[in-house]
Amino acid sequence: MSRWHVAAWSIGVCLSTPLAFLIFESLQGDSEVFAHLWNTVLWDYVSNTVLLIAGVLVLSCIIALPLGWLAAYCNFPGRRFFEWALMLPLAMPTYIIAYIYTDLLDYAGPIQIKLRDWFGWQSPNDYWFFDIRTLSGAAVMIALVLYPYLYLIFKTALREQSFKLIQASQLMGLSPMQSFFKVSLPMARGAVVAALALISMETMADFATVHYFAVSTLTTAVYDTWLGYYSLTAAAKISGIMLLFLFVSLALERLSRKNSVVHERQASQNDETLYQLTGKRAFLATSYCVLVLFFAFVLPVAVLLGYAFDYYEQAWNSEFFLYAWQSLKIAIWVSVAAVLLSLLVVFHQRIGTHTSKYLPGKFASTGYALPGTVLAIAVLLPLTLLDNKINEWFSETSFEPGLLLSGSIFAMIFAYVVRFYAIAHGAVEASYVRISPSLDMASQSMGKNRMQTLSLVHFPMLRRGILTAALLVFIECMKELPAALLLRPFNYETLATHVFQYVSDEQLELASISALLIVIVGLVPLYIVNRSMEQHSQ
Amino acid sequence: MKRLFAVVFTSLTCTSVVADEAVNIYSFRQPFLIQPILDKFTAQTGIKTNVVFSKKGLIERVKREGKHSRADLVLTSNFSSLIQLEELALTQPINSKQVASNIPAEFRDPQGDWVALTKRVRNVYSSKMRTGELKSLTYEALADAKFKGKICTRSGKHPYNLGLVASMIAHHGEAYTKTWLQGVKENLARKPQGNDRAQVKSVKEGLCDLALGNSYYFGKMLTDDKQKAWAESVHINFPNQTNRGSHLNVSGVVMTKYAKNPDNALKLIEFMTGDEAQNMYASVNMEYPVKPGVKLSPLVASWGSFKEDKLPLSEIAKYRPVALKLIDEVKFDL
Repeated sequence: MSRWHVAAWSIGVCLSTPLAFLIFESLQGDSEVFAHLWNTVLWDYVSNTVLLIAGVLVLSCIIALPLGWLAAYCNFPGRRFFEWALMLPLAMPTYIIAYIYTDLLDYAGPIQIKLRDWFGWQSPNDYWFFDIRTLSGAAVMIALVLYPYLYLIFKTALREQSFKLIQASQLMGLSPMQSFFKVSLPMARGAVVAALALISMETMADFATVHYFAVSTLTTAVYDTWLGYYSLTAAAKISGIMLLFLFVSLALERLSRKNSVVHERQASQNDETLYQLTGKRAFLATSYCVLVLFFAFVLPVAVLLGYAFDYYEQAWNSEFFLYAWQSLKIAIWVSVAAVLLSLLVVFHQRIGTHTSKYLPGKFASTGYALPGTVLAIAVLLPLTLLDNKINEWFSETSFEPGLLLSGSIFAMIFAYVVRFYAIAHGAVEASYVRISPSLDMASQSMGKNRMQTLSLVHFPMLRRGILTAALLVFIECMKELPAALLLRPFNYETLATHVFQYVSDEQLELASISALLIVIVGLVPLYIVNRSMEQHSQ
Repeated sequence: MKRLFAVVFTSLTCTSVVADEAVNIYSFRQPFLIQPILDKFTAQTGIKTNVVFSKKGLIERVKREGKHSRADLVLTSNFSSLIQLEELALTQPINSKQVASNIPAEFRDPQGDWVALTKRVRNVYSSKMRTGELKSLTYEALADAKFKGKICTRSGKHPYNLGLVASMIAHHGEAYTKTWLQGVKENLARKPQGNDRAQVKSVKEGLCDLALGNSYYFGKMLTDDKQKAWAESVHINFPNQTNRGSHLNVSGVVMTKYAKNPDNALKLIEFMTGDEAQNMYASVNMEYPVKPGVKLSPLVASWGSFKEDKLPLSEIAKYRPVALKLIDEVKFDL
């Protein structure tokens, strides 16, 4: 048993403890509440969840696949700008975008009021307007902020495919469209499925948006049973159902990767493109990018700016910099930790021979599908237990440590790492499989040990993957809300918790400046990573 | 070895240990609602207040933290949480003559484990244009067929609505309440969504004629530039004035079982039930103070006096789980 083995398994076990405690909790009995739900609303919740996930996935594909293809293969006006600008919506929290669009498009919102004014309509019976607060409305909102996952991963995968294959396919008479569906897409299947798995887990864990849109999903059921029926046990059981979804999506991902082509990294072709778009086509390509960017980012930011301008005096708070710093601090800690841990686990996966080598990564990723507050409780279970043990241990001395773990920011950091480990793991793994194993052998034959192989050979080649992983985790941390709310120490305010105070009262206007800061702070790493990738490729 | 650890940990944590003269609060209420009162308390006593605000999960947190919890007080926004805290044995009696003389017995736990701080009425707002004032409206009548497609409300599972449904069960029994809930659901103009303010906004825009909402929102909206027009489009009605009176909910406070600063916590509770804080609750938050004799905000006073449903909150709270079950059974939110 090597050190790597021990390290990977410790990480796997450590990060899955909260879930293990939750599962243990679910075995405690109390089937009455669960049975009641089963007989009444549970199936509505399950079908809503399935429909929501399906909706978000389909919409994400519609938005992101063409964009990824355009950015990777085509040259059109504004390509270099859009290539990174299309990732901007990642920095926008879903609950904010949902709030803004509801405010705009609701029956009582400005757009419908204007329409009624213009056409003299009196009541909802006089005309038809789509209802934003529905399952499909929620799907659109979630897809608007999550599509960049697919876009980013798909674009990278396409870049790493050989142009020669596509050129060959065209020699054989395929149109660009046909070669997209017959060559590019199938070859990028593994990456696409991985991205879709991430998106479906994010969707499933979402509570704020579906709650705001009055769509009852399994997350709703978890909250109802726990906070309404006071049964953490039944809530844990429902979380169990959600885990089933998680395992299915992880298994699908694994399955799709099994046969996918790997190890064919090429010299980067950043500035070369396959298709030079002109005329109508160039116009269409640019318009599509503009359209997506407008609805997913520009419009919401403009609305926030408008709020900030109108409500400047009430929304200004002298503590903003402290909030921003506290958000930033946590986000940095968590992204560094998540990336380092995932590197260790993925490296172990790389050098392992037994099929069980994948298990630590699987275990460590289980926190991703849990809704924030449930995860927060799941984290509190082991941490408070441990705190109590620590206090017992010290009971003979005069020292009383109190809640060392659960009462400090450690609890938040741990919860975030548990929640977002899966993202880091996915990104690092995806970039690892493209490094040919022959390099490992070469390194070994030159007398390098594993640590040296990791640090001298893999690490430089993984730079892109590591940066992507850190970036994604960082942005998610900036936005994360429910776990922060519940686990924070006294008087600890982050930008997200400050925003929530007001959003929970449906007064985003008063927190518009904090909301803008979340977006801005998220943009900084986005910019840095993009820069460094560009330099890397030049 | 242990000594060594003790020294190391002390040096590591001394910065995070909360200052001596302080009181630590877990709050279900937004800081901006309670901060002015806490600031005043600090100014008068020199006792610092530390707050963790969350809308969910704080009770579980106190429970799991056990005897090491740093929370001294929990502030809640409805009576169900107060009673849940008591039932989970996470509270300790509030022994204060001052609190007892400030707050009438019906707004204190018989065992002294919780105290209500403010009252709020579950009102029904009606459109000035289409419905007019409804002086003799009852909650029961919300299920009448004449209101078909005319009612807006937030989620049935929100504590404010749950409290109302529980009080219906307490008065009429389970079977009646289920039929009533079905009737109300039939009358909804749209699926339950948004908060109480959003319902009034929808009345203004003509989507519905009646909306359920708490009293203080009306006052809050009237003092907000943007929302004033919404509030001005409706009448505030106090249901069941001809019989048992309108349903009340309360916000309140408990002292935690393992409070580390019980003396300071008690001082804060005494302060919060005193004239000054009660006045602030009334004037800033537009709530009804629980201390008799404290003046209402002029705006709130202008809505007139009303008859309160006198059924004890602890009695209503018993039916809360059943209320939730019924809401699921009639699929009120779906």
